[in-house]
Amino acid sequence: MRKSWWKVACVVLVLYAIIGGLLMPVPRQHILNETIRNLYFHVPMWFTMILLFTGAFIYAIKYLRTGRLEYDIYSVALTKVGIFFSILGMVTGMEWAKYTWGEPWSNDPKQLGTAVCMLIYFAYLILRGGLNDEEKRAKISSVYNIFAFALMIPLIWVLPRMVDSLHPGNGGNPGFNAYDLDARMRGVFYPAVIGWFLLGLWISTLIIRTELIRYRRDNDFMLTKNKQP
Amino acid sequence: MAGGKLTTLIYKDLLLEWRQKHTFYGVLLYVGATVFMVYMMSGQPEAKIWNALFWITQLFIAVNSVAKSFLQEHPNRFRYYYTIVKPAHFLLAKMVYSTLLMVAVSSIALLLFNIMLGAPLVQVGLFAAVTAVGSISLAVIFTFLSAIAARAQNNSALIAILGFPLATPILMILSKLAVKAIVPVYQPGWWKLMLVLLALDILVIILGIILFPFLWQE
Repeated sequence: MRKSWWKVACVVLVLYAIIGGLLMPVPRQHILNETIRNLYFHVPMWFTMILLFTGAFIYAIKYLRTGRLEYDIYSVALTKVGIFFSILGMVTGMEWAKYTWGEPWSNDPKQLGTAVCMLIYFAYLILRGGLNDEEKRAKISSVYNIFAFALMIPLIWVLPRMVDSLHPGNGGNPGFNAYDLDARMRGVFYPAVIGWFLLGLWISTLIIRTELIRYRRDNDFMLTKNKQP
Repeated sequence: MAGGKLTTLIYKDLLLEWRQKHTFYGVLLYVGATVFMVYMMSGQPEAKIWNALFWITQLFIAVNSVAKSFLQEHPNRFRYYYTIVKPAHFLLAKMVYSTLLMVAVSSIALLLFNIMLGAPLVQVGLFAAVTAVGSISLAVIFTFLSAIAARAQNNSALIAILGFPLATPILMILSKLAVKAIVPVYQPGWWKLMLVLLALDILVIILGIILFPFLWQE
């Protein structure tokens, strides 16, 4: 993971998403106008969040199967960065809604679903904060992580789709596939998704590495003890 | 054989409840006091508010009555259970027991609401059915969270922290389902919503059965 090519790619892609996203031509849509550019920022945040939470979910399962605390460190770091990206996604979404829906918060089912999902993951952090024993904390929080992730899927993907929403893609509003997401927009959108995701991954690896160093330093005595014959 | 163990475990919980009647009476008093307090503050509200207040009361009943399913027993006793039953049986038995408890307490709450806060119900049977489904949903979720909280140094405040975000969407679905019994409106997709709720319940039970063994071992 310490190879640098993907970090270079991340910087290039994110820069391209910001510069290209703000400057390149976009289709003119009624009401949306220039806010359509939010597609390059808002949507990748959610993609990144989902992917990071999926990673955390997989590492939680791995931890429960093997009991290796390293996996727990991976899982927590991915969750934390995922929460960070969910906040970014919420903020960019509210900023967009201010200009298109008229107000940043309109109790839209999509917004409520995501708010609940964020609360669930905040509860995860509080649960971890309340436990001192390392193994117990890892085990209980892994169990809760799996539980939360499995319930989050219906929350985010199924429930909001069953009721009318103002969000693009619902209730007769065009989704981002139905905009004329022409070649120009695709050309920025897909690199943007990859770039933001790599950025999320990069931040997570930094946290993971510092946490691993801390973990190994704290458990140094075990290593030295084992070395002695 | 498995069914026998399950019924024995449920019987054990019910017997425990019967022998420690004061906890059950405590829950009843809690429900009565809550409904009375709501009545003192809101009098006889209109149907929609009535519905909202009812489900909020349900949430607090779940937190206070179901939460004790794991917390009421001493942690050391779990080690004993661990040696004689499978974790899945133990969790299922606790879930059935909490569901029974929750259905009983909810029907009392429903009765009290009808007496004190007015009776806006158009279809009583339907509302009772939704209440029963709601009791099951809340009971299974809070039973599992109670198991988590029991592991986490018996911290009962954790249940509220973990449970409220998870219970919010379920309460939203329930209140939407219950509206049909209160105001005679045409609600397309009512059955679909009901099926989603039941599917969520099944998902919670399956997840519980898969994950509980990890919580259970030390």
